[in-house]
Amino acid sequence: MKRSTKLTMMLVSGCLACGFLFMQWAPATGEAAPTPMFWLATFVLALLAVQSIRRMAALDAGRIYGTLTAALFGVWVVYFWQLLVVAFEVPRVLLPPPSLILQALGSHGPTLWGDFVQTVLKAVLIGWALGSGMGFAVAVAIDRMPFLQRGLLPLASLTSTIPLVAVAPIAVMWFGFEWQSKAAVVTLMTFFPMLVSTLAGLKAAGKLERELMHSYAASYGRTLLALRLPAALPFMFAALKVNATLALIGAIVAEFFGSPTSGLGFRISTEASRMNMPLVWSAIVVAAVTGSVAYALLVQLERRAAFWHPSVRES
Amino acid sequence: MKPLQSAIMTDNAIKGRWAHFGRQGLPVAVMLLAVLLAWYMGTVVLNAPGAIERVLPQDGSWRWQDLLAVTMEMQRPVLPAPHQVLLDFWSGMVDWPLDSPRNLLYHVAVTAESTLWGFVMGTVLGLFLSVCIVHSRTLDRALLPWIVASQSVPVLAIAPIVLVILGSLGFAGVAPKAVIAMYLCFFPVTVAMVQGLRSPQRIETEMLHTYAATRWQALWLLRLPAALPFLFPALRVGIAAGLVGAMVAELPTGAQAGLGARLLTGSYYGNTVQIWSALVMSALLGLALTTAVAGVERLVLRHRSQA
Repeated sequence: MKRSTKLTMMLVSGCLACGFLFMQWAPATGEAAPTPMFWLATFVLALLAVQSIRRMAALDAGRIYGTLTAALFGVWVVYFWQLLVVAFEVPRVLLPPPSLILQALGSHGPTLWGDFVQTVLKAVLIGWALGSGMGFAVAVAIDRMPFLQRGLLPLASLTSTIPLVAVAPIAVMWFGFEWQSKAAVVTLMTFFPMLVSTLAGLKAAGKLERELMHSYAASYGRTLLALRLPAALPFMFAALKVNATLALIGAIVAEFFGSPTSGLGFRISTEASRMNMPLVWSAIVVAAVTGSVAYALLVQLERRAAFWHPSVRES
Repeated sequence: MKPLQSAIMTDNAIKGRWAHFGRQGLPVAVMLLAVLLAWYMGTVVLNAPGAIERVLPQDGSWRWQDLLAVTMEMQRPVLPAPHQVLLDFWSGMVDWPLDSPRNLLYHVAVTAESTLWGFVMGTVLGLFLSVCIVHSRTLDRALLPWIVASQSVPVLAIAPIVLVILGSLGFAGVAPKAVIAMYLCFFPVTVAMVQGLRSPQRIETEMLHTYAATRWQALWLLRLPAALPFLFPALRVGIAAGLVGAMVAELPTGAQAGLGARLLTGSYYGNTVQIWSALVMSALLGLALTTAVAGVERLVLRHRSQA
């Protein structure tokens, strides 16, 4: 570790320690009214925080420091959110402090777990798998039918401009309030991106490689399995990643249109109308963490599956 | 090489539009016809049980032609026939004055207004942030990862919170919807613009440096023009996302006006035909908005290549 790096790390941990100690002071915990001294100290702390982030960002060593900088920024944002919301006594309806959100996350654990199971494990997962699977299957099926491809592709690309979530009320009418209707919306939303990407991916294999397969007298199926599907993997993973976010949005929004008494979207909309904001925020935290974890898992899976691809090897 | 190419090009021009139609238009037209046919078949199959139970004579004295006719004209069909949707769509636009809440175009105007406001604000915010990020290493390393990560998070879930916060601050009407549309627009614009503003090659930035160009001049003369091809695809994504945001924002606000509200009231009262015509309308609105952005793109980029 270089000397400048060491110095920066010491500065950053010093700032964080200052912040931690500052949190113990009475005005910061909401036990006493904030004094001018407190505001001055807060201002100094803010300067320290900015300085620590700037120092950290200026480091030129490795990717890990980039991640650390972002993490440090996140920590300071949450820190000042807590500090200022408590000191200014912002009403809970407007913005609850992070500590309260954490508390709600803990105390409503079982409820939120039920919502998670209802929305993510049932609607999102099944809809995502069905939609992506069908998109893939249709793309492979019409691979040898250029007429169908030319007909479907423009229509399928157009669907990205259409608010497909709007079919939610119809899905609720057809499939009832349970998770099946949400899974149907998610299936519809994830079908087209997968179809378009897989079709694009199947065209991605290079001419040289295809001619090589041809000179080996490889059959159509063999070429598909050994060359064209592997070459399509990065495209398919891109669609799967986009679909993961789309699926969460679709399921949550579909629950705004009608749902049983559990589900993340249901929780968010009903608790928001009851002004129970800490619980709303914690439901959003659950949704956000789910989205990021799904994304990270897919990235890892892509590294395993398409380890040979230049886009994976570079990073 | 040159003459041959131009010969091929004129040949193509002479073969003209029909060849193009055969390659592009015909398959799409056939697919659309197939969808329409499947829709009609679905109408018959899905509505048949309800029709037999409620509309047709109970003693079974009906022919299949009756069944066919009845399923096409149900009051509350499971799946309305395309012509029913079209009729409702047309009467929704023509039968009432433009400022009546029964008119479909009124709802389109409401939704389009908040979408466009959000789109403009989101684009401006995204441009501003991306310029800041490109010029500040601190923001680049601290803020950009969060913006990129937020793409994998269902940001739309925050919509009810934004509505509550802005509602208790006294904002009503367009503002909350526009804010939700805005934050859905601004993510793709920021990410794409950061990429675009960085796209000029080193040699070009160095040339401007030798001309002693200031940062602003470099931004204006080099970076912004270079970023335009990155900007427009993001704008197309952004306006589509903004439309979804605006429609979702209309749901919890008491559902007074807008396409999202129309969908919701339709589902409250079981008015299937109304849901479907609102659905068709929102699809058309989405297409129109993206086409408008694409049109601006063509204008701007054509102007650029001439210059």
